[in-house]
Amino acid sequence: MSATASLLAHPRVGRAARAARLRPGAVPALVVVTCAVLAALWPDLLTDHSPDTTAPARALRPPDTEHLFGTDQLGRDVYARVVYGARLSLEIGVGATVIGSVVGTVIGLVAGLGGRAADAVSMRATDVLTAFPELLLALLVITVTGPGTTNVLVSIGVASVPGYARLVRSRALVVRRADFVEAGVALGVSRPALVLRHILPNTVGPLLVLASIGTGTAVVSGAALSYLGMGPRPPAAEWGVMLADGQDFVQTAWWITVFPGLAVAAVVMAVTVLGRTLRERGTEATR
Amino acid sequence: MTAPTRTEPAATGRRARTPLVEIAKLRVDFGTGGRRVRAVDAVDLSVAPGECLALVGESGSGKSVTARALVGLAGPRAHVSCDRMLVDGRDATRFDARAWRGVRGRRIGFVLQDALVSLDVLRTVGAEVAEPLRTHAVVPRGRVHTRVLDLLADAGIPDPARRVRQYPHQLSGGLRQRALIASALAAEPALLIADEPTTALDVTVQAQILDLLADKRAGGMGLLLISHDLAVVSRVADRVAVMRDGVIVEQGPAARVLTQPEHPYTRLLLAAVPSGRTRGRRLSPGPDDTRPEEPTHTPRPGSDPTSVTGPRRTRPAHRDTPLVEAHAVGRSFTDADGSVRDAVREFAVTIHPGEAVGLVGESGSGKTTAARLLLGLVTPDTGTVRFDGRPWSTMPERARRPLRRRLQVITQDPLGSFDPRWSVGRLLGEALGTVGVRRGAARRERTVDLLLRVGLAADHLGRRPATLSGGQRQRVAIARALATEPQVLVCDEPVSALDVSVQAQVLDLLADLRESHGLALLFISHDLGVVHHVCDRVLVMHDGRVVEQGDVDRVFADPEHAYTRTLLHALPGRDLGPGASPAPPPPPPGVAADFLSFRRTDR
Repeated sequence: MSATASLLAHPRVGRAARAARLRPGAVPALVVVTCAVLAALWPDLLTDHSPDTTAPARALRPPDTEHLFGTDQLGRDVYARVVYGARLSLEIGVGATVIGSVVGTVIGLVAGLGGRAADAVSMRATDVLTAFPELLLALLVITVTGPGTTNVLVSIGVASVPGYARLVRSRALVVRRADFVEAGVALGVSRPALVLRHILPNTVGPLLVLASIGTGTAVVSGAALSYLGMGPRPPAAEWGVMLADGQDFVQTAWWITVFPGLAVAAVVMAVTVLGRTLRERGTEATR
Repeated sequence: MTAPTRTEPAATGRRARTPLVEIAKLRVDFGTGGRRVRAVDAVDLSVAPGECLALVGESGSGKSVTARALVGLAGPRAHVSCDRMLVDGRDATRFDARAWRGVRGRRIGFVLQDALVSLDVLRTVGAEVAEPLRTHAVVPRGRVHTRVLDLLADAGIPDPARRVRQYPHQLSGGLRQRALIASALAAEPALLIADEPTTALDVTVQAQILDLLADKRAGGMGLLLISHDLAVVSRVADRVAVMRDGVIVEQGPAARVLTQPEHPYTRLLLAAVPSGRTRGRRLSPGPDDTRPEEPTHTPRPGSDPTSVTGPRRTRPAHRDTPLVEAHAVGRSFTDADGSVRDAVREFAVTIHPGEAVGLVGESGSGKTTAARLLLGLVTPDTGTVRFDGRPWSTMPERARRPLRRRLQVITQDPLGSFDPRWSVGRLLGEALGTVGVRRGAARRERTVDLLLRVGLAADHLGRRPATLSGGQRQRVAIARALATEPQVLVCDEPVSALDVSVQAQVLDLLADLRESHGLALLFISHDLGVVHHVCDRVLVMHDGRVVEQGDVDRVFADPEHAYTRTLLHALPGRDLGPGASPAPPPPPPGVAADFLSFRRTDR
């Protein structure tokens, strides 16, 4: 009892324990994300099967010890396809988030620091974008650019810009008035240095949290667009494509759609839980 | 009328009556298992009817915990024990929750430390004050409202019929504090415990609150006053108990403790109070004159009373060319409701090299805006500021930036002025960077040098300011300001958030730097004693205007403007008891702001 108490009193241990206690799901979430990242980078570590080898003789087998998640209508190993699919799904999720948050940060900083006119113009523009549901906006972009993995990635990224821009603007408005920024002015620190050294780093903390949660949303949006045939084309191993492929067999071979669906759900939940854990730790640190 | 309460025989006579509260060997511990922290140790206290006992000490000394323990509110994590605890002669150690509720509010009123957040924001002031009346069924239901109005009026709240329907956010800090006191007094408790009732209030409002408390005391109420402010204590207390580290180090009649303290710590506290009398002397004990001692949370008391005062300082001679010249500067702001408010009007000041100019006034009088105008952080609407003969306020920022290093600032809240993610070393490094010190060994060396100059050590480099104590943070702020080797340092309430002994160290440090660097100071404070101690000249601001200025001794001894007189009149510890004649004779020169002066004249 007292040993635990003294252990918890140690600042580092205590902080880690608090974070773990706040989000009991943080550890499984970390495991899921680690697996997804491994699958994306080194899929052959997780499976010996190839995602593309067809074997009509073995088509539509239910899950067994040989094929953990069963096989699809062409006899491809569903487990291998889920593992290999992680790369494309994560690429879209992370890529879209990077585009969205970087562009959003720039627009948000311009709006928050650039003065009244810049603020009005950029914020009204994002207002217009916000009026569309994110997925619809992405569809709109993709209608213009045409389907394809890169285009899906870009369109989801563009669609998520307004959210990031608003967050960065609101933080920038607060931080620019902070005493420590004024202290920098009084010291004679130049304006670009103030923005880069003080305003930007103090703005991106909450942005990182939103971005980690946003990655999950982007993975779902990517899968949705691929399902609609806007993203990577079949026979590519991608979770949304797999859902579309398997939809005719939902009644007879549930495993073709259920496992990629579970993969999307697990990754999204895990990323969201980690994002929330980050947020809680963030608010704790600023307290 | 307060004179009799201060004389010994009257006080003794009162003490002979049954104490309202009496406690022996109070101990309060926090924490569990092996990690117990003793917050209060073996404290003996008693308060008799009509008596005021003041509990004095610095933050963390255990005075608030002691007060809370007296009403059974030390908190769930506190372990309270005592040999004897009597409330109204009854054994309070056997009180259950119900018995305590009968005591709280009815027999013992409690005014919490932070009046600004102690009122329920969703209830009107009237509802707040009515609550104890209803809870304890003090008056019949039908008469509650009239009683509330009486109480608010008694507490000195003007126009109670209107105020009673208002919410806390519609009231000023002073009115809120008075409303809180009104609710604590509603059930006419025999004893009022007031925890820092006037901290954070302007000096004139503070005077009104102290008058109110004195009135109640004259009516037979006992008062346990908790304060870090010795000036306030000297004004109202019959007896004083000085606490440090959970222990009462000295207890006795106020007149004796505050003039002939026996315990070294009391002496140290008293010596650390800045005033006109301490001008040109050190406030903190320090063996080394050029470098301040390593700051400690509890200053080590010297046994020799002379060790707390060092050599007398001399004022630096002023050259003729002023460094800062402001002429007829004005600035207005548009409030949220669209109304235009003049924050500063017709402000003028000149600061010569090496000179210390004080700027005093109440909150909202425009002191900080004036400072920001001088610093070039706010552009004036009218008038000009010149710096070193050059037009400063009209200069484009690009041209002003290289000159900014010569004009630095430290603020009341140093923590807010530091980037929360940065370490001390990096903060100081940035300041050095603005004057061209390149990264690397040279900068590191200079950073350490700066820390040493303000009495910190090299191992503070890696710390974040949030992990430092208040005094250390202010030292870091000063170190950063010094990094650019400024000629003028604007100090905006630099010691207002600090304990008196830490305040003494910081003021001494500023005095040292003034002497060694020929630094000119613009010293903004609401604390007249601090200004009198530090400054050569003083400007009094009221409502955005400078209403009076001149040599500190002259202004404090012989104020010309009515507002200055009000400020000085309201200063606690002056020979102005509550109910004294409204227009007192001018005090003798040199002792005007000396809070101990009335003790001397008493004797």
